[in-house]
Amino acid sequence: MSLHTSTIHELSAKLKNREISSVELTESVFARIASVEDRLRSYITLCRESALAEAKRADERLKSGDDSPLLGVPIALKDIFLTDGVLTTCASKILGNFVPPYDGTAVARLKAGGAVIVGKTNMDEFAMGSSTENSAFAVTRNPWNVERVPGGSSGGSAAAVAADECIAALGTDTGGSIRQPAACCGIVGLKPTYGRVSRYGVIAFASSLDQVGPMTKDTTDCALVLEAIAGHDPADSTSVPAPVPAYAKSLDGKVKGLRAGIPKQFFIPGMQREVEQTVKDAIRKLAQEGVEIVEVSLPHTEYAVAVYYVIATAEASSNLARYDGMRYGYRAPAEDLAETYFKTRQEGFGPEVKRRIMLGTYALSAGYYDAYYLKAQKVRALIKRDFEEAFQKCDVIVGPTAPTTAFKVGAKTADPLEMYLSDIFTISVNLAGLPGLSLPCGFDSENMPIGLQIIGKHFDEATMLRLAYAYEQATEWHKKKPKLS
Amino acid sequence: MKITREEVQRVALLARLQLSAEEEISLTEQLDHILGYMDKLQQLDTEKVAPLAHAVDVVNAFREDRAVNKPQAEKLLANAPAREKTFIKVPKIIE
Repeated sequence: MSLHTSTIHELSAKLKNREISSVELTESVFARIASVEDRLRSYITLCRESALAEAKRADERLKSGDDSPLLGVPIALKDIFLTDGVLTTCASKILGNFVPPYDGTAVARLKAGGAVIVGKTNMDEFAMGSSTENSAFAVTRNPWNVERVPGGSSGGSAAAVAADECIAALGTDTGGSIRQPAACCGIVGLKPTYGRVSRYGVIAFASSLDQVGPMTKDTTDCALVLEAIAGHDPADSTSVPAPVPAYAKSLDGKVKGLRAGIPKQFFIPGMQREVEQTVKDAIRKLAQEGVEIVEVSLPHTEYAVAVYYVIATAEASSNLARYDGMRYGYRAPAEDLAETYFKTRQEGFGPEVKRRIMLGTYALSAGYYDAYYLKAQKVRALIKRDFEEAFQKCDVIVGPTAPTTAFKVGAKTADPLEMYLSDIFTISVNLAGLPGLSLPCGFDSENMPIGLQIIGKHFDEATMLRLAYAYEQATEWHKKKPKLS
Repeated sequence: MKITREEVQRVALLARLQLSAEEEISLTEQLDHILGYMDKLQQLDTEKVAPLAHAVDVVNAFREDRAVNKPQAEKLLANAPAREKTFIKVPKIIE
């Protein structure tokens, strides 16, 4: 078995007993990138030189007996994370030459733990999209079929993990941007509870919804990465000072008597039949493992997409007001100040970003605020209440991650609303601030991966991971690799 | 029509976007379609519901008012689209 195809927990043991070095492992990952990257375009920026230097330092630490779980492990970062001295574009022309002067908290924690940073992965511009087609630089391809999208917005991270172009990756999830690409690429992706991981040094899209999370080859790795990045950070006033459990230790396979709620609103007309069948099979499998299956109702699910595209765009229009061409980023040549603003933003932002800025500005503008923004915030309260009531009857909620498997490149670019509906099962989780995880549970007839979504109570990532691990132990889906030779 | 081309022009002005004529036309059509979809929110009676801005309850998070960032003027200035010595150069705002 090649080094780059392994998981963190497999490699960690070999690194610790000096069977392999981090330098060898890092070389193996870059050799893999060299052989597949021209077909996939998972990365915007590669950090070969600094990665090898970090690997060398990791080998020194390993020699001294340091047993940090991520020490010497090559990890990729979505290009939304600020990285000291490394180009950070958010896949936008407006940040095309931006080199941050510091590391965001999640990145700093990975580095402190000795992780080797492979590079910055492609994404939808400003994390706005569900297919990674909205990148200003390239379209990332799905390793299972290069005619298809990898999902989005963390599509580069998902493709890189699935194609073994890194051992694990970080993504961000505002309405499904970790879970949906994880499902599309057949990997594990976890969006933590809002407040669990610091957003400091993460380029803001919608601040009341954005969260940082791991994208990995299996559940154990997911637990290990989450443990490394989670926890209170004074630099993010919304990060919560709650203790971080030892997630990896909670993977004990004990799920007997655990109650999984199945919302009937997550099985709807129009979803791909094979997705529905496969997810129902997975739920039966959970029942065989001793999980108690209960029916629950989330009656406001059908309003989630509408609520999200009011709230997320309103927040985005405000967050993206900072791109004015003055202190950093792109500045268009112009005659005066006003023209500089207008031309910089017109030339710097791509079509989807402009569409969302327009929508958000409209929703917040005088005369429309009550009808759109305030109304959406009220329905958001109803969506959150649905989950609170459902969780009276169960410990986790289980359903599909996305209504279909990965679609073809170009299939949904003409109709923005149809693209938005790709996130129909993931969006409500962000609105309610809950943790959600996607893990592989099968394939459709075209051999495209299907994701099973597990939703937990606030700050109860441990139970979600425990259930995911138990399912993984009983199945082989997470071990399947794309035949990208 | 939920939104007219004139409204699109007004919103673009607020958002500091200089849209082309084609963009104005396509955005009017697309925003109209999306806003039409959002109309479904009006079906719900929310008279007695309090709006929710944040899903996780966090009260004001106070910390000591102390600078923790190292000064790194050069790294910051390196990102400026235009500079002169240790200043960021911007278009003239006073005639």
